[in-house]
Amino acid sequence: MATEQIITQVNDIFKDVLENDDIVLTPATTAADVEEWDSLNHIQLIVAIEKKFSIRFTTAEIYTWKNIGDMCAMIAQKTQK
Amino acid sequence: MLSFSDLKKNLKKDITSLTPVKVALLADSASQFINTAIRGYGVELGLKLELYEADYNQIEQQVYDPTSELYAFAPSYIVIIQSTEHLLHSFYKEDNRAGFANEVIAKTADLYTTLSQRLKTQVIINTYVEINDQVFGSYAAKTKTSFLYQLRKLNLGLMDLAVENTGLHITDLASLSSFKGYQNTFDTKMYINADMVFGIDFLPAIGQSISQIIASTLGKSKKCLVLDLDNTLWGGVIGDDGMENIMIGSLGMGKAFTQLQLWCRELKNRGIILAVCSKNTLEIAQEPFISHPDMVLKLDDISLFVANWENKVDNIRYIQQVLNIGMDSMVFLDDNPFEREMVKSAIPELTVPSLPDDPADYMLFLRELNLFDTASFTEDDKDRTEQYRQQAQRTSLQNNFANEADYLASLDMHSRVNAVDKFTLPRVAQLTLRSNQFNLRTIRYNDADITEISNSKDHFTLTFNLEDKFGDNGLIAVIILKKTTEDNLFIDTWIMSCRVLKRGMENFTLNNIVQVARDNGFGKIVGEYLPTKKNGIVKDHYQNLGFTQNGDVWELNTDNYINKQTFITGKQ
Repeated sequence: MATEQIITQVNDIFKDVLENDDIVLTPATTAADVEEWDSLNHIQLIVAIEKKFSIRFTTAEIYTWKNIGDMCAMIAQKTQK
Repeated sequence: MLSFSDLKKNLKKDITSLTPVKVALLADSASQFINTAIRGYGVELGLKLELYEADYNQIEQQVYDPTSELYAFAPSYIVIIQSTEHLLHSFYKEDNRAGFANEVIAKTADLYTTLSQRLKTQVIINTYVEINDQVFGSYAAKTKTSFLYQLRKLNLGLMDLAVENTGLHITDLASLSSFKGYQNTFDTKMYINADMVFGIDFLPAIGQSISQIIASTLGKSKKCLVLDLDNTLWGGVIGDDGMENIMIGSLGMGKAFTQLQLWCRELKNRGIILAVCSKNTLEIAQEPFISHPDMVLKLDDISLFVANWENKVDNIRYIQQVLNIGMDSMVFLDDNPFEREMVKSAIPELTVPSLPDDPADYMLFLRELNLFDTASFTEDDKDRTEQYRQQAQRTSLQNNFANEADYLASLDMHSRVNAVDKFTLPRVAQLTLRSNQFNLRTIRYNDADITEISNSKDHFTLTFNLEDKFGDNGLIAVIILKKTTEDNLFIDTWIMSCRVLKRGMENFTLNNIVQVARDNGFGKIVGEYLPTKKNGIVKDHYQNLGFTQNGDVWELNTDNYINKQTFITGKQ
């Protein structure tokens, strides 16, 4: 799946879980850029993304992400398998 | 089942008009999501749950410190959620493995006792999700020193504790998680990273269970199940297929319908009223109930049988009026989505489950909805079907009399009047918790409260049974009187079951209240009406009985009171 396509789908999940239709994600976006993206919502986001793409992240993998770009790269990698 | 996101969205709705209830949540794990799930599901049940969530893992501190935030908040409900994961850690630290369950049960009993002494509150605890830690493998089920053995013993012990204490309720996470499967209730990452022990997809089930317990203790429980017939209670169409060809018992997928009927009969025995509402010719529709050998439900099980060609909305309204119960306490089961939609849009308060297309799925679906939660069960509940059947007979007799007095005299009514005793106590508490219509002040009392009142020198209680030539109506009225001054006796509670309306019971009751007042030297009886959405029928109650208005209350002098006419004979 193309990275752009993944970002669009992840963006939709963010809008839904965080209940804010104005969210626009870019590869450089971090938690500090999105007001509602706190540690509690983070848990819900991960669960929703795992479900959407039918993949599982390990705890260690989640720790390595610095921004949306890292997250989407990992989704791309896992969905290719 | 709603999703966790749906529950979050519920909280954004305008819920200012819903019933506010104060709830405290204490947990040994991170409870933010449980908080959201309970409040979110509460909205579904018409409750605005105002929640105080204690800090992480503060159960003992909050309960045992009398100056804690918990007591300052003074909640009506306290929810204590404890996790199997934390239990496992305590178990591994325990030396006396075989005594572990008893120790935890004793601790829980002590938590409950402390809470109930310090607060007027209902406590909800959970059974533990059942897992095998696989230290013993299968042998765990064969030794008392395994975690599995102690865990199951603990769960049963907690249930026994709830049996003994009416103010203690259980959200049965053990059976909920076995329904979903442990792998779907526990999320390893959420546990390791955030100490959250329930996965996102299990949270709605927890929210549902806890808010349903709260709703049912508040009297918001279902009393009546209205059933469609063709393809709901049996397979096929009785009018087209004929009685020999409907699917029930061993014919075709008859088993699915037999299962449903068995469940309905169990509900009936528990006190849920069954009614039929079907588009059919009455005689044809009743035939299987009378003579089909595989039918579980018989005509006697159905309190009200409505089969005709009118529309179902009118028929359900008719059933509601005859039974005289709230539309929101009724459930309508129908396989036809069109009929369901029509009924649902005309009567939004009615619960109309979207039955699955395949009858094989009916029972699984209905069990998950948990429609018939109840906060209590008394002997009286079992007889309810018979009482409502008698009610229908009385209605038909009434039509034969020209005037009301002749009709009432013909009923040959007797009433047993007593103070509350240990036999009537559960029913009295149940009436105060459940009655919404003929209830002057709608003050709710649990068993412990009623015990306290019946032992108090400043209170007088009266309970009334009513029998007539059609049968025994059971305990149908409760009066609680409170001494407010040397001369004034205040009617704290006046509740009457709506099934004995228009029988002159009000007059008979008042005569008895005046008797109590005179016997104890009170010159004045004071009544009060506190309006709610549902008790409009008693708005003019005291005026009709000859009380005089004085500000917000109604007064009656006992000196010059003349006993009112009644067709009810009292007996002790």
